[in-house]
Amino acid sequence: MSGSLTITVPDLKIKESRWGEILLEALVRLFALAPLCALAFILVKIFQNGHKAISLEFLTQPPIEGMTQGGIFPCVFGTLVVTILMIAMALPLGVGSAIYLVEYAGEGFLFRIIRAAVNNLAGVPSIVFGLFGVGFFVLFVGRNIDHVLQTGLLFGQPCLLWAAATLSVLVLPVIIVSTEEALNAVPQSQRAASLALGATKWQTIRDVVLPQARGGILTGAILSISRGAGETAPILFTGCAYFLPRLPLVKLFGVFPMVNPFDQFMELSYHIFIMATQSTDAEKTLPIQYGTTLVLITLTFLLNLVAILLRVHFRQKLGQVSLQ
Amino acid sequence: MMWQAVSEVPKYSLIPLFCGSFLVAFPAILISAVLGIGCAIYLAEIASPRTREILKPTLELLGGIPSVVIGFMMLSLLATTVQHLFHTKFRLNAFVGSLGVSLAVLPLVITLAEDALRAVPRELRDASYALGASKWQTIWATVIPAAVSGISAAVILGFGRALGETMIVVLATGNAALVTGNIFSSVRTMTATIAAELGAVDQGSEHYYALFLVGAILFTLTFLLNLISEIVLNRMRHQLRM
Repeated sequence: MSGSLTITVPDLKIKESRWGEILLEALVRLFALAPLCALAFILVKIFQNGHKAISLEFLTQPPIEGMTQGGIFPCVFGTLVVTILMIAMALPLGVGSAIYLVEYAGEGFLFRIIRAAVNNLAGVPSIVFGLFGVGFFVLFVGRNIDHVLQTGLLFGQPCLLWAAATLSVLVLPVIIVSTEEALNAVPQSQRAASLALGATKWQTIRDVVLPQARGGILTGAILSISRGAGETAPILFTGCAYFLPRLPLVKLFGVFPMVNPFDQFMELSYHIFIMATQSTDAEKTLPIQYGTTLVLITLTFLLNLVAILLRVHFRQKLGQVSLQ
Repeated sequence: MMWQAVSEVPKYSLIPLFCGSFLVAFPAILISAVLGIGCAIYLAEIASPRTREILKPTLELLGGIPSVVIGFMMLSLLATTVQHLFHTKFRLNAFVGSLGVSLAVLPLVITLAEDALRAVPRELRDASYALGASKWQTIWATVIPAAVSGISAAVILGFGRALGETMIVVLATGNAALVTGNIFSSVRTMTATIAAELGAVDQGSEHYYALFLVGAILFTLTFLLNLISEIVLNRMRHQLRM
């Protein structure tokens, strides 16, 4: 059976019937509407219930009165910082792996193993990443660094750094796959031309391939930022705080304020989760919860939209190049 | 057969957790498979390029909604409606959870199933039309059989995602570790157990290792499902000589 495809002659048992065809077509049209309706329902409901909570104070003030009042600024700040740290770790690693896979690895055994690993990484449940973060980053890496450097309990506890590291492993497949696609889209002839002009392999990659793959890599990066900003399960135990009276900041040399990667932080999606499960007063916090949801969904939505538009833009550009 | 990790005599039976996970994931993938395959057929065979251009990004946006948001919507908006509609005892139950999960895996199933349908070569369709078959006869008897491996791969992968979905089930299934076959009962999945309990355990305790075991089982299950779907997909690639 392998290697051949049995082509069935159209089965006469399925009788042609005009009404049947119309009915089936209507049915699949209806099915196609379902995701649209679901998306519209979610967005409309969140906006309806959430827009009243949004104000300048809501976005710039910390929560007060046991989180029943005030704003969500620490959550917005935490989300931004953790995703920036995440992408700073994931992007070099992901792009590097993709360059290796496309430009260097060939089609051998190792290539297939790495490919399979990347595919499987993409399907690992997010809570398992959370477990991995606790077991590997916090307890194994962190505690061992503490042990070697004699720093007490600095690295070996949940904090911003390990949360970002856990998220970066989670988004790694997104970056690798989109970078691979972008690299593969660069025509082989251009690589050949560059090599023929005497450029080395690395010069070719750096000056010919990567500049053209920029768009695809950027799209992947934005998609993974959006994904990372929305994930909750991986950071549940690796650094999120229920409530922190301060921002995760520290004064460098006692003067310059900088983000403290060893502090815990508040985060938007985690905030939605704890408000829904451990709220101090469910009635009072519901508007805040919808407001937080609206902020988070606006953020991920805009990022996704930018990624989609970028992809369209760069595909068109690539199309023009190959036409010339 | 109980999961009672915090009690005088802790009990760590995994059966209620399996029960919960499958009671959520099965209905979820059933809903997603029916809707998703239908939607994929529409996208691949019927929709005009213009409609596709609108529908595909919309699906991507739906897939981009954080799962904690879907869980929260289920909890705050749909749970009560479902309870009134089906007169269920528990407001939060496996069915509410599986509705949410199906929404989360739908974009994935649609995208992969559509890819499979579009991978069927044009010649097969043309041959079918040339033999006098109508559009739907072609879809039923030629396109779908040729793409069936790819479509099953999509469903298997979707099932893996449904098993691994965490935030939706934590928020919407009620989190009671019961051994039950009733879809309208509160359940607790493997993922929800980890999410709810890992924060409060002592490191190195029995409970701590039990949770890591649950995680390991979950990882193995999804890993196997991913592997199977990969193998099925490779078979299709081979058959269609892609």
